[in-house]
Amino acid sequence: MTTKKEIIKYAFIQTLPVLFGYVFMGIAFGILLEEAGYNFVWALFISLTVYSGSMQFVLIGLLGGGMGIISMIILTLSVQCRHIFYGLSFIEKFKAMGKRGWYMVFSLTDETYSLLCGMKIPEELDKKKVFLAVAVLDQSYWVLGCTIGGILGSFIGFDTTGIDFAMTALFVVIFIEQWYSFPSHIPAIIGICCGTAALIIFGANAFILPALIASVCLLLLLKNTIVKQDDCQEACE
Amino acid sequence: MSSSLFTPFLITLLVAGLTFSTRFLPFALFGGGKKVPAIVQALGELLPPAVMAILVVYCLRNVSIMMAPHGLPEFIAIGIVAILHIWKRNNLLSIGGGTVIYMVLVQMVF
Repeated sequence: MTTKKEIIKYAFIQTLPVLFGYVFMGIAFGILLEEAGYNFVWALFISLTVYSGSMQFVLIGLLGGGMGIISMIILTLSVQCRHIFYGLSFIEKFKAMGKRGWYMVFSLTDETYSLLCGMKIPEELDKKKVFLAVAVLDQSYWVLGCTIGGILGSFIGFDTTGIDFAMTALFVVIFIEQWYSFPSHIPAIIGICCGTAALIIFGANAFILPALIASVCLLLLLKNTIVKQDDCQEACE
Repeated sequence: MSSSLFTPFLITLLVAGLTFSTRFLPFALFGGGKKVPAIVQALGELLPPAVMAILVVYCLRNVSIMMAPHGLPEFIAIGIVAILHIWKRNNLLSIGGGTVIYMVLVQMVF
């Protein structure tokens, strides 16, 4: 028998990297949101309902209105469409969790997804409970960070220009981590090429969707090459 | 709630709803016991590294190479994030260090 305490302890240790990342990024978000004229109550509300790092930063620019509803929908779906692929690995697992599975679906962020994928949960721990604990802990870090940032933002005395670079740095770090852990570098290179090419062709406001579509097509075309390369590397190691 | 807060409230709910729908879609499509097609499975594995690269480009979408400072603060800071991360593999150090250096660059240098 394992106790609740052991499960939470295991989940806490697993989520430590996310703790620092989310609190730090959350603070950056809260400060930016406060600067845009929305206090910490908004940071709390947004981090509870939207709960998505990259999209929340984009959302700050949308809140003032001014962008048409259709453009807003397309922008949101473009930024978030990667989530469609995250759920695929967890369809059976989340379904087995009943009502809690709904929360798992809602809270499947980039970071929670990578933790759930990477964890080697010891036999004696209840896998479903560990999953839920990881998801809940991750969102609490995020909500905490965003709210602290919103409160700090109203006191801050120094020039915060450029603090939004934290989002770029976050994606660069995830990119490097995937570069190390993924057996083939072809998908990462496809992403760089399609992203850059689409930006040049379609411009800053319309490139994400074409970049994603082009990446999907190229990945499907090169699928067999990439998988073969994986097998070869595994055989070599 | 005053009307000036009502619009951002609705926009937040819209973005929250759309975000949930993208997270829920695979369960709606393949949750009914249908087998996930091999092609979708393959994409689920291969797409994440490509998407991260596109998101980095997304962050840099408004940087102009043609006009001064030619994206230099961004590229220097990204270089520093990469070096810090390859060296120490510590997310907080890489993100924090890179952001502080970027802030110094845009506020004081360029």
